[in-house]
Amino acid sequence: MHSFGYRLNVLLTFAVTILALMCAMASLSDNLNTPSPSAEIQIMNINWFQKQPQGNDEVSLTMNISADLQSLFTWNTKQVFIFVAAEYETPKNSLNQVSLWDAIIPAKEHAKFWIHTSNKYRFVDQGNNLRGKEFNLTLHWHVMPKTGKMFANKIVMTGYSLPEEYR
Amino acid sequence: MGWIGDTVDSIKSIQIRQLLTQAVSLGMIVTSALIIWKALMCITGSESPVVVVLSGSMEPGFKRGDILFLHMSKDPIRAGEIVVFNVDGREIPIVHRVIKVHERQDTGEVDVLTKGDNNYGDDRLLYAQGQLWLQRHHIMGRAVGFLPYVGWVTIVMTEKPIIKYILIGALGLLVITSKD
Repeated sequence: MHSFGYRLNVLLTFAVTILALMCAMASLSDNLNTPSPSAEIQIMNINWFQKQPQGNDEVSLTMNISADLQSLFTWNTKQVFIFVAAEYETPKNSLNQVSLWDAIIPAKEHAKFWIHTSNKYRFVDQGNNLRGKEFNLTLHWHVMPKTGKMFANKIVMTGYSLPEEYR
Repeated sequence: MGWIGDTVDSIKSIQIRQLLTQAVSLGMIVTSALIIWKALMCITGSESPVVVVLSGSMEPGFKRGDILFLHMSKDPIRAGEIVVFNVDGREIPIVHRVIKVHERQDTGEVDVLTKGDNNYGDDRLLYAQGQLWLQRHHIMGRAVGFLPYVGWVTIVMTEKPIIKYILIGALGLLVITSKD
């Protein structure tokens, strides 16, 4: 009843249970946080706009992205993954989401930033529907915790459009 | 040394009924573990509700040895979600983030492109020969939560199976020789 093996068993079970409880509480504490992020994206330049040999339109653009995401961080946050996606509709596809740029914010100090960049990933359509296309730029963020449930949300910015002609 | 003598004595003094009782309790423990696993599969709607991260392609968010909890719902797949998918012909599932989505007007079917956060390029190199997009049926679930480090047990047992045998052997010995 009081053998070494029995005591070790009880100790380990108790330790694992308490650890699991602490992880769950840490995750639940994230719900107390009410984030109020803000972001702004300006398209500085359309570098080029061509139809590829396979028939798909492709755009290269340069953006100014500024955001304040400091309110997303809690003590249980490991990092925040953010990305900017262009979202638009075409006759064939009800929704197209193309990620243009992403970044990892490892700490609260880096969460308020301004960056001038061209698109990291190719903005390619399925088809040649992009001339004159209106699209939204959405800043998505994905809060990855040290332990527990992950949260994701986004800010949709509307009103962007592509040129009528290739260049 | 007295412990080894006690163990040998207790193995010699085993009665059949006691042995059978303990075999049944062991069977019940294994079966309840299986029931919990199957129930989790039903609740989360995913074929494998828990996966272990095996590679460093999603660092620093997910490191090797972390455990991911998956959930699959009928909601459409959207960019930014972390999905677990199987490529035809590969048995190990991959956990990466969706970076491109093209959803058809008429059928609602979707073409998806994924990329590991820590990888330079997208996953087209990992897909089957000639495959450019993933479809919904490739995707096993979305990652909704995670626990760090807990998956190392599984990785160690898979990569050094001798440890698995030692553990099972020791557990079996403990069950047989316990005086309850």
